[in-house]
Amino acid sequence: MLVVLLLAGGVWLARVVSRDRYWRENASQLWRRRPIALITLALFVGIGLMDSIGWVGGGTPGDDDVAALRSRTLIDRLFQPERFTEASYSAPLASVSFYGAQPLNHPGKHLLGTDILGRDVVYRTAKGVRVALLIGGFTSLIVIPIALLFGVSAGYFGARIDDAVFFLMTVLASVPSLLLLIALVMVMGRGTLQVCVALGITGWVHFCRIARGETLKLREAEFVDAARALGVSDLTIIRRHVLPNIAHLIIITFALSFTGLVLAETILSYLGIGLEGSWGQMIDQARNELSRTPIIWWNLAGASLGLFALVLAVNMIADALRDIIDPRTRREGQ
Amino acid sequence: MSTPLLAVENLVLTFPGEGGRIAVVDKVSLAIGRGETLALVGESGCGKSLTALAIMRLLPKPGRIEASSRIEFDGRNLLELSVPEMRSIRGGAIGMIFQEPMTSLNPVTSVGQQVLEAVLLHEKVSRRAARERVIELFQMVGIPDARTRFGAYPHQLSGGLKQRVMIATAMAMRPRLLIADEPTTALDATIRAQILELLRQLSSTTGTAVLLITHDFGVVNEIADRVAVMYAGMIVEEGTRRDLLCQPRHPYAQGLLKSIPRPEARGGRLEEIKGVVPRPGRWPPACRFAPRCPSAFDRCGAELPHRTLVSPSQGAWCHLVEYEVHA
Amino acid sequence: MTMLSADALLEVRGLQTWFPIRSGVLRRVRGAVRAVDGVDLTVYPGETLALVGESGCGKTTVGRTLLRLVEATGGNIWFGGVNLARLSRDAFRPFRQKMQIVMQDPGAALDPRLTVRDAIAEGMDAFGLGANTEERTQRVADLMRRVSLDPELMWRYPHEFSGGQRQRISIARALAVEPVLLICDEATSALDVSIQAQILNLLGELKAERKLTYLFITHDLGVVRYFADRVAVMYLGRIVELGRTERVFAEPAHPYTKALLASIPSLDPARRGVKPMALGDVPSPIHPPSGCHFHPRCAQRLATCSRYDPPVVPLRDGMSRCVLTPDAGDNQPDRADITMAAASPKPYSAEVTAEQRP
Repeated sequence: MLVVLLLAGGVWLARVVSRDRYWRENASQLWRRRPIALITLALFVGIGLMDSIGWVGGGTPGDDDVAALRSRTLIDRLFQPERFTEASYSAPLASVSFYGAQPLNHPGKHLLGTDILGRDVVYRTAKGVRVALLIGGFTSLIVIPIALLFGVSAGYFGARIDDAVFFLMTVLASVPSLLLLIALVMVMGRGTLQVCVALGITGWVHFCRIARGETLKLREAEFVDAARALGVSDLTIIRRHVLPNIAHLIIITFALSFTGLVLAETILSYLGIGLEGSWGQMIDQARNELSRTPIIWWNLAGASLGLFALVLAVNMIADALRDIIDPRTRREGQ
Repeated sequence: MSTPLLAVENLVLTFPGEGGRIAVVDKVSLAIGRGETLALVGESGCGKSLTALAIMRLLPKPGRIEASSRIEFDGRNLLELSVPEMRSIRGGAIGMIFQEPMTSLNPVTSVGQQVLEAVLLHEKVSRRAARERVIELFQMVGIPDARTRFGAYPHQLSGGLKQRVMIATAMAMRPRLLIADEPTTALDATIRAQILELLRQLSSTTGTAVLLITHDFGVVNEIADRVAVMYAGMIVEEGTRRDLLCQPRHPYAQGLLKSIPRPEARGGRLEEIKGVVPRPGRWPPACRFAPRCPSAFDRCGAELPHRTLVSPSQGAWCHLVEYEVHA
Repeated sequence: MTMLSADALLEVRGLQTWFPIRSGVLRRVRGAVRAVDGVDLTVYPGETLALVGESGCGKTTVGRTLLRLVEATGGNIWFGGVNLARLSRDAFRPFRQKMQIVMQDPGAALDPRLTVRDAIAEGMDAFGLGANTEERTQRVADLMRRVSLDPELMWRYPHEFSGGQRQRISIARALAVEPVLLICDEATSALDVSIQAQILNLLGELKAERKLTYLFITHDLGVVRYFADRVAVMYLGRIVELGRTERVFAEPAHPYTKALLASIPSLDPARRGVKPMALGDVPSPIHPPSGCHFHPRCAQRLATCSRYDPPVVPLRDGMSRCVLTPDAGDNQPDRADITMAAASPKPYSAEVTAEQRP
């Protein structure tokens, strides 16, 4: 359901971009500079989407009734975990189990081995993609409107509104975010929505500050004065002049904080209160595995690889976006 | 005529652009004699500021001075000097002041301190001696209460005073040439008059030659001896102050002077130069002013004009002028 | 004394715009920047009134106060029989259509994210001019043609135009709502001389065609002499001289005006050497000198100049705020009638009102 929301948001964004020549040029520049990162991100989004489309039915005969009624996603159907599991650990591409060297059900087929319950690590990594994207995407969906609402009002209307928002921001910023995060999750429970909301509450201050700063600058801009002289109402000024001129900054901030959010969830999982099936959880499990001899490293490898690839791709895109957008505005004044 | 202090020959400056490097200054030659003030006049985008920067070898990075250029200062080719040698000339034998005194000074150090550092950079004297020299300089440029003002911070000074500090810095090492890039444009009218008076005075007492970059003919009339008018990267006319202000020959110079609002024009239209200045890379093939020139004819679109000497002191780069002179 | 005239388009009396300076933890008001400190102006329909002065004199603030981009802290602004200064922001809104502004920096005055068409149509949208989008687009095309821009370019962005073209766009935008008064705030100061000539010509044509009235704010006296019918000279928030352009330039009455005119470099090679007549620097508008604001820099100052506000001496075509103003003619009231006000007139509101910004 959340995914549908996100998808809707993505489609709307694409429409806006395709209509505006400025953003079209930005997008094509981005494609030129960072094709690999974009493809990687697209891949991740694809996997996430596949993991979101699920339905009941079409299972193997012989499953018990409970299993047959569970909704299984495309990823589930691809990997068919119920039949693909082993008894317990096995090394990548091994043909025997890790402990006891029993022959495996599917020798040589587990690219990254299996975990303690015998689940394929590649499968688990793929399942984690959706979680990571949801954390980053959905939380931002919560954070951005709140931060914009508060930040732009504070920056544009100033005086008491500004004081109130500033007070609120300072209070939130003075509480260590990690503690607040833990407290919120403990209170609200461990569902996806709850964790996203908790991350949102601790994360909006950063966005808000940036939005406020930019709005303050824009408020003094001559074209805003001109609009006022032309009789344009304050709300219309905000909609037409302020928001589009801070949009680029919001995008960059969003892309950069995306990774921060994913990593924050990892920390939550490490503390045991993260989301089910996330990479953080895999890393948490790896804690024990690493202390064994011989080391069981493939669980960690899978999660780390997923994290690394996603974070790197998003960061590179954000960086390139920043380069594209900033020097253009500077160059225009030549 | 004695050897000029500064002789720029065939200066070509290029910047990267679509399809390779584009020239923004194209074969500019000028000469300044000792103690003389030359005004380089032009509108925005003609390349005059870049020319000044190139002389100091301070051209911003993607720009390049092409090999065919030659900049001779006091007998030495500046383009052949090593970096430390050039650095000692900058601020030493050649001083430079810029348009915006607000941004040229470091806001966190006192003005006296900044000039002091400039002095110490070029002369091996004690701090005390240098300090005295700075106060002396402040007095020379007309800063009241020079001793107290030594410790003032830039934000405590007005625009006019800041510009005086800049002039003091530039004159600290008794340069033989002062390059002033729009020194009075950002200043108020009454302050401008003071600064122009100061520059004129300094130039005559210290014998410093001045290369003045400006777009304002009024300023030109105030302190220049000779004038060179630039358009689209090249010089289109040069001559003495009187030559240019009374009898400009190049249609662009004429148009420029006629565009200046004068009381006689009251109630009627000002003369316009139609069109806009072409950007580097989009220059017309032959005479760059031809598309906008009221007197252009076919040769103007085919061949770049050479220098025609109208009088021993005045020259114009224009086919029409060439015909008029040789007719 | 300029009299309240029935045929004036705009009448400003005692205009004051003080900006409070707040400092300290509690943001208490410590003082004020007296940007506009008691300005009286009358603008007649169809004329070009120039408002000149150097930086910090308050001329730009006068323009912005008239448009209520900043709020006046005192004074009255009469326009078409209505006192604009007393109106609420909503009640004032319809008047915005009558008064428009063209600003100095053509690059900053246009939103880089709006197409030219949207920029020009913005006012029309706000005031509901034009029945629908197509009609507004058509009007934009007409306006662009009028300011010598190709209407095909209306879908481009401001950064694709030169400075002069951008200024034309700003002019078109202001004209779109059909104002009667156009405030040109240093509208040509940032342009090259040849472009300035084009824009001045355009402004001259438009004025005749559309019967506009201009309040031309500038520091460039050369432009004023060519373009303006009357001139008001400002110094540190006050008008020190007002009169017909030819007269002010030929026979300036106020010492500051004389200094200002003397500082204009001439274009005549025979006349060189401006001798600066104003000594020292422009003082800060936070602590203006007592009495006559100009007295510390005035070569002709008297003892009274630092103690008392200078009287407003009426002249045949305006006024001069200097005790040394020579008599202007027969209809000059007797000198004894001119009372000397004590230093620092009481402001309209006893305390400085809250922050200017919305």
